[in-house]
Amino acid sequence: MSEKPDSKRRDFLQLSTISIGAVGTAAFIWPFLKSMNPAEDTLALGTTEVDISLIEEGQSITVKWRGKPVFIRKRTKDEIDEAKTVNIADLKDPEEDINRVKKDEWLVLVGVCTHLGCVPLGQKLTDSKGEYNGWYCPCHGSHYDTSGRIRKGPAPENLAVPPYSFLNDTTIKIG
Amino acid sequence: MSGNSEPRKYKNPVLNWIEFRLPIISYFQKEYGEYPMPKNCNYFWSFGALATITLITMIVSGIFLAMNYTPHTEMAFDSVERIMRDVNYGWLLRYIHSNGASFFFIIVFIHIVRAMYYGSYKYPRELNWILGVFIFLLMMATSFLGYTLPWGQMSYWGATVITNLFSAIPIVGEGLKTWLLGDYTVGNATLNRFFALHYVLPFVIFGVVGLHVAAVHVHGSNNPAGIDIRSKNDTVNFFPYMLIKDTIAVCVFGVLISAVIFFGPNLMAEVDNYIPADPLVTPAHIVPNWYLAPFYAILRAVPDKLGGVLLMFGAIAILFVLPWLDTSKVRSCNFRPMYKWFMMLFFVNFFVLGYVGMLPAEGLYLLIARIGLVYYFGFFLIITPFIGWIEKPKALPLSISDVYLGGGKEAPVPVSEKEIH
Repeated sequence: MSEKPDSKRRDFLQLSTISIGAVGTAAFIWPFLKSMNPAEDTLALGTTEVDISLIEEGQSITVKWRGKPVFIRKRTKDEIDEAKTVNIADLKDPEEDINRVKKDEWLVLVGVCTHLGCVPLGQKLTDSKGEYNGWYCPCHGSHYDTSGRIRKGPAPENLAVPPYSFLNDTTIKIG
Repeated sequence: MSGNSEPRKYKNPVLNWIEFRLPIISYFQKEYGEYPMPKNCNYFWSFGALATITLITMIVSGIFLAMNYTPHTEMAFDSVERIMRDVNYGWLLRYIHSNGASFFFIIVFIHIVRAMYYGSYKYPRELNWILGVFIFLLMMATSFLGYTLPWGQMSYWGATVITNLFSAIPIVGEGLKTWLLGDYTVGNATLNRFFALHYVLPFVIFGVVGLHVAAVHVHGSNNPAGIDIRSKNDTVNFFPYMLIKDTIAVCVFGVLISAVIFFGPNLMAEVDNYIPADPLVTPAHIVPNWYLAPFYAILRAVPDKLGGVLLMFGAIAILFVLPWLDTSKVRSCNFRPMYKWFMMLFFVNFFVLGYVGMLPAEGLYLLIARIGLVYYFGFFLIITPFIGWIEKPKALPLSISDVYLGGGKEAPVPVSEKEIH
């Protein structure tokens, strides 16, 4: 028996054994890794309905959705004007106010700073609202405007708008 | 020292019986009895032993705390308060554990300072240094996970901020964060897995410490002169000389940590962590544990999310390559007239970074943090390689014994360099 074909045969057997072993190991690891992702019951916590009839103009409320705070603000005329007159080109994450609301006076936002996940101040009347009259994140100093857009500070994106709909004039369904 | 294949003979027949089947008796005799320590080692060389003892204290106190702790978002905070108020000596266990963590970092920082100043990371101890940096990384991860467990406001928001660091990674970041948390926010799934990992990682650290010690025993310990052991005259046996010296260090350390545990147990704690976690309210001022503050300062000094995260992790990662950034063959800064001062300034700078890391990131503090950041990286990437090329080191002693004779005037080339090639 010559040596060459034999060594090729050996190489093939070795490689295929290693490959099958690697695929098997990967397949075995997958369920373990996957088990760390959100469980079905966590995913099922879908929607929250909120009664907004008692919110006065200029007031905000905070509700919980998927464990996160959601800001619902009834904006004043001045705030709406302020949000609409901004030059879009100046923004870090350019977005028109019209694309962030369904009704001009109602602003619905996920109240989680897009930098490192703190809850920005500005919900209470006594809170600092930052330099742009919206929200201010005390952790690392991000300023948001009256449309929840990032204007100054380390946050890369605007405050997220969650999926929501008006069930009627006084009820919002988030999620 | 050199391993002989013949099994050693002992007077005690039980020891002989064990030794013949598992040569563990001779191993301990060799590594912890006869192990030659350079005789000029000062008390800085006791911090490795101190760190090991602190690690064991942390593991033991942690196991006993775990017997009374409940890793559930509804119950965690109350179970910690129960440990403090109702469990017999629970307050002592918890204060040993929480202050032990702070002292563990104090000890390890001094241990690292010693390794840097006396050049212990250089040939032939590079791998030893790498294992050490790895231990440091594991310690930071473990302490972060442990800090989440009391489920106070700082626990919750510290965990939120740190896990959000991963969302800075492009494309996979958000998914990675959710995978780490097991939820969209820090929640019960997160607390459970953090507890599981906080329990297991110290044993991993213990294993790596074993490798770290085994690695330093291969070529022997460095010493304040930074020169190699030349003869038996340069060393003393670990037992009893170094054991006694380390024991004195442990006694002094015991007095210091006891003073804090009994008279100021919350000196290094954050008041806000005695408020139960509230996912809807962020504390006005989030601060990390003091020992993570220098890295937190670096994170906040950068006005870009991804950039800040990269530099923060880079600040730790750069330690791994320090042995190759240093171009000087002279180990000890005692014989490096220029580098010595840059090294001292590096330590001061690290301290200043830690200080501003605990303060709000604005105005003057932010400026200081940025200067500190530039020096931190400048020290490793520019000063360390450059000084090695231009600096003229002082004459090294011919041997460790020579240190005590005041000799070594005609040895400009370090002894270690001759031995390398």
